[in-house]
Amino acid sequence: MQEKVQRLIHTFAALADLGQEIADPHDFQEMVRTSLHLLLGTLAIRRGAVAEFDKADQVLRFVAARGLGQESSPPDMTLDEEDVVGLLSLGLCGLAMDDETPAFAHFAARHQDFFKGARFELVVPLVVRNDLTGIVLLGGKASGEPFTKDDHEVVCSMARHIGVGIHTHRLLEELERRAEENRQLYDGLRGIYRDTVRAFAAAIDIKDKYTQGHSERVGKYSEIIAREMGWSDDEVEGIAIAGYLHDIGKLIVERDIINAPYKIDAKKSSELNRHPAAGYEILAPIRHPYADIPLMAKHHHERIDGRGYPDGLTGDQISIGTKIITLADSFDAMTTNRPYKTRRSLEEVVEDFRRNTGKQFDAQVVVAFCRALLREIKGETKNRLMTKLLGKDYIEPERIIPLIESLIVELEAGDSPQQQQVASAVSSES
Amino acid sequence: MAESLNGAPVRSRCIGEMAVIYATDYLNKLSGERIERECRKQLEQGCRALVINFRDTELVNSIGVSILLGVIDAAETVGAQLVFSDVNRQTIALFEMLGLTRHVALAQDEQEALSTLTEFTTPQSAVVGH
Repeated sequence: MQEKVQRLIHTFAALADLGQEIADPHDFQEMVRTSLHLLLGTLAIRRGAVAEFDKADQVLRFVAARGLGQESSPPDMTLDEEDVVGLLSLGLCGLAMDDETPAFAHFAARHQDFFKGARFELVVPLVVRNDLTGIVLLGGKASGEPFTKDDHEVVCSMARHIGVGIHTHRLLEELERRAEENRQLYDGLRGIYRDTVRAFAAAIDIKDKYTQGHSERVGKYSEIIAREMGWSDDEVEGIAIAGYLHDIGKLIVERDIINAPYKIDAKKSSELNRHPAAGYEILAPIRHPYADIPLMAKHHHERIDGRGYPDGLTGDQISIGTKIITLADSFDAMTTNRPYKTRRSLEEVVEDFRRNTGKQFDAQVVVAFCRALLREIKGETKNRLMTKLLGKDYIEPERIIPLIESLIVELEAGDSPQQQQVASAVSSES
Repeated sequence: MAESLNGAPVRSRCIGEMAVIYATDYLNKLSGERIERECRKQLEQGCRALVINFRDTELVNSIGVSILLGVIDAAETVGAQLVFSDVNRQTIALFEMLGLTRHVALAQDEQEALSTLTEFTTPQSAVVGH
């Protein structure tokens, strides 16, 4: 009686350990090895092996083996169709090697040399949801006694756990494979999306012969600013896309107006000013993988002081992404030649930033842009993207560095006259 | 040099052709395979008698039993003697129930185990390893 209780306790403890082992999907090989230890140790079986069934190759591949007198696992066992059908029909039923069950006879006869050589006495097919996942092979007990009916039940019960463990591992592998496929598919689609956006940007810019490459440059400047502000890779990509597309509304504006080699009159200006809202209309129906792209196109001519268009938004009503596009757009406009004016020097641009921060531009965005520009001028960045976009002779480091540094200090302290003016206007309104 | 076990070496010592290996609680985990490997290493190096000391082993679970079966297998393959010492009463009952005692002798303590084995082997120089 005492021995029976002890046997039960030993078996239950092993079952509990096995359950925990299977439930914790760590290293698969380790899980199977531990499971085999638990199975062998429960009944003190001197040798055993667990093989996983590879359906594609129709082979049983040994994952763990003990007591076979060799370090390496036994060689794969090739199964034929009749083997598989036979093992499936047996289900999770442990059979002695000399069992004459017809469904088992074919398999036992084909592999009897291996079973005899390894001194296996018991075989348990691992069948989960009518799927052959593997097989457990067991030798004799250390006690020398034959397997009892209870032993069979313990073996089959533990084998069921191992079968589920292998099945779960397969499902996880399949899940990972499909996830990887989806990831590749998604990356491919993103690539197509990016290429399409670039094509659109090129189409927008071709319409305006004086500002070719403007959309692409705005995308790149926006990317630089966002990265400087610590945005994630996805967010940076999103803002770059917004930069590429911000002027898409120009597609509906007459080419003559866009290309007018002089300052346009009020009527034409009003026509041109329709492009942000038109851009929103074009972009809104598209499901972009990034947020707010249509709104950024719509609001890129808004100003913090409310004097922008089309909605006259102020301050925080304008998203930070839009503020980035606005600055990038203005920077490119100031640093490229236009039909009615040549581009400004970088000193003039920095002075414009100083004058208009708090009115047209957001201080945080200007600081980020200045910091990125400064790091590039000082040679602290690997790629010299801005230098490439602006032309290498455009930047005169000795003259510009002190100006940028001073602007950063000024803006960070909130000392810019415009910032103070805006702050006082806001406080008097409230 | 004894095999490392999660940073700590498997404690063992050699006395001539005899080796004592300390089971500890590592026996009951997969890492206990290192104890089996240490035993195999001692056997490969010429030991013909092994003592496994269970002084610090409170209980032996199924993994522990399986690992001990591996040690028994290795010892039997080379015709070496194997003695388990300092085994508590509960574990003795388990070993008896599972038939391990058919393959291995039990000794009250390490000293008794070594005395038993001295009759079997010829002790030479003593080497202590950790």
